[in-house]
Amino acid sequence: MSMHDIAIAAACLCLAAIPLAPKAHAQAQTHYGFGAPASPRDLASFFAIPANGSGLPPGSGTAAEGAKVYADNCSACHGDHLEGNPAKGIGGDKLIGGRGTLATATPVKTVESYWPYATTLFDYVKRAMPFSSPGSLSDDQVYSVVAYILSQAKIVKPTEVMNAISLPKVEMPNRNGFEPDPRPELELYH
Amino acid sequence: MQNVSVIYDGKSQRMADQMVRTEAQLIAQRKLQEQDCDCKDGMFPRSASTNRRKFLFAAGSAAGIASSTAAFGQKAPPGAVGYDVPTDPTKVQGRPIGEDGGYGSRSQFETEVRERFPTANAYTSWSFTPLQNMVGNITASGLHFERDHNGIPTINPSQHMLFVHGMVEAPKKFTMADLKRFPSVTRRHFIECSGNGLTEWNKPTLKTVQGTHGLLSTSEWTGVPFAAIAREVGLQEGGTWVLAEGSDAAVMTRSIPLEKMLKDALLVYGQNGEAIRPEQGYPLRLLLPGYEGNTNIKWLRRLEVSDKPFMTREETSKYTDLMANGKARQFTLDMEAKSVITFPSGDMKLPGPGFYNITGLAWSGRGRVQAVDVSTDAGMTWYPARIESVAEPMCTVRFGFPWIWDGKPAVLQSRCTDETGYIQPTLQQLIAIRGDNGPFGSIYHLNAIQSWGVAGDGSVTNVHA
Ligand code: HEC
Repeated sequence: MSMHDIAIAAACLCLAAIPLAPKAHAQAQTHYGFGAPASPRDLASFFAIPANGSGLPPGSGTAAEGAKVYADNCSACHGDHLEGNPAKGIGGDKLIGGRGTLATATPVKTVESYWPYATTLFDYVKRAMPFSSPGSLSDDQVYSVVAYILSQAKIVKPTEVMNAISLPKVEMPNRNGFEPDPRPELELYH
Repeated sequence: MQNVSVIYDGKSQRMADQMVRTEAQLIAQRKLQEQDCDCKDGMFPRSASTNRRKFLFAAGSAAGIASSTAAFGQKAPPGAVGYDVPTDPTKVQGRPIGEDGGYGSRSQFETEVRERFPTANAYTSWSFTPLQNMVGNITASGLHFERDHNGIPTINPSQHMLFVHGMVEAPKKFTMADLKRFPSVTRRHFIECSGNGLTEWNKPTLKTVQGTHGLLSTSEWTGVPFAAIAREVGLQEGGTWVLAEGSDAAVMTRSIPLEKMLKDALLVYGQNGEAIRPEQGYPLRLLLPGYEGNTNIKWLRRLEVSDKPFMTREETSKYTDLMANGKARQFTLDMEAKSVITFPSGDMKLPGPGFYNITGLAWSGRGRVQAVDVSTDAGMTWYPARIESVAEPMCTVRFGFPWIWDGKPAVLQSRCTDETGYIQPTLQQLIAIRGDNGPFGSIYHLNAIQSWGVAGDGSVTNVHA
């Protein structure tokens, strides 16, 4: 075999080998097939509720019902008047008040003064409160206690029913108080 | 500078005040311990203890091991086992291999620990890395700073699942074993809490670098790129954000831009060569190189692709910066270039004029550290520092600078420039930018130049210069 022939033979071998190469080395592999399909049932207990309220569960509640839920489950840490409890071992945030303070020398950030969306309140209470037994409230109880907090904050009327339709429509006082951060600050560049 | 001051809301102010008290107690305790050692034979032999006093800056060094025979009378520090200390370790047998059960511990003479910020509730709190004692570039896993929002969960990895769903073609669930079958990547990155330094806006508040900068740690992380998982489930058109959710009692959630997730997000199960620590998210954590600490969701159980951010509590009520005009900046995700001198630093004392190797850490959330400069005259003149580790993207570097102290008062500073050309600002510059005019309530993302004042007697303090 001339050198030329050897080169051709080698080239042929290479060509022949190409279809096998990816299998052997899995270099071009983009899909491994690991993991299993997640069924709707697998995902049913998860939630995260954006401002448009999608994913809000069925159920409803009012401030009157919420007053009881609050007294039983929240007041020990957030105070009888939602004023917060900074005591050692507790540290529950103040939940209402502070409206109109954001642009002053003593801003007070609360659900009432600072939070842009009522849906966030539902999401957070359902996921993380009561702090000592998170996730223990029923959806009706969460709607109720949310209605109670919003009504104590004078954002909704005491009689308003909170549910998947009404909650996303609640106009929070600081609804337009946030803007995407304009950093990076160009003057800090060479 | 004097008439601009940052506004803290009542809660932040209370916490800052409490931290000052706690730090003072801790320092007093440490000093007491050092004195104690003279009378309490054993832990630090008399001669070595005198030594220690002289070289205060070397606190925690092994200076004391050599010269006494004594029972290790005191409780060993966390992470250590106390053994009797022989007069001459060449004349007695050491410990047989395997006595430790097969997992080693640190020396009983190494005492540095994380310090917890005294939030009222220890279940939602944070702890600081003792940067003043760290050497090299990687943080020991057991000293990595912590921030938990309702405690550290105990999770059996064989029960743990990651669910990936939302705007994807095929929602999937992955066991830890599934995730470990993917080709892995290993990368060094820092994580910094955006609240790092929040006590330091108006006046030098905490004494040590642990308090001012200790919400920064660096590890070698191992895991799977999110991009690989994204190919597995198939992304639908229009997805722009991904919700990441933790499996802790806070069920922590943050919305992350999909672009970032695809660019360099990792789902990590390894930290510094072993499984990620429980405090750091065992068995699985989201690692977002250069992003603010809170977004690096620990105990990761779920990723949901969406066409909008979810506006979770942690990205509205918290981790937003309220400005003078009453508007708040949201989704400040990159950690800007920053650096700090860790030796000499606050509450140390230089024994006298002479040679010192100034050393510290520099980092940027936007890429590699390009250069570090050091000043010993409060920023009037700057000299390039030596970078002692390889500069990697979104990773700290250790820097060093040889200095001969003439015994006169000095102000030490370091300044980081990253590969984008961004130069770490002074506090005045930062306040001018963020404060617009008048008061402001932006307490996160303090990346200003830190100053340490060295007095004529060698004592080092936190100053604003
Ligand atoms: C055992 C004490 C405790 C109980 C009981 C409790 N909370 Fe909390 N709550 C806390 C703590 C502590 C935080 C702060 C958590 C954090 O920042 O990580 C908090 C935070 C909150 C916040 C967020 C405030 C903000 O400004 O970000 C809301 C809203 C809230 N709780 C509502 C409730 C409701 C409603 C209940 C009753 C269903 C409740 N909490 C029960 C301790 C408690």
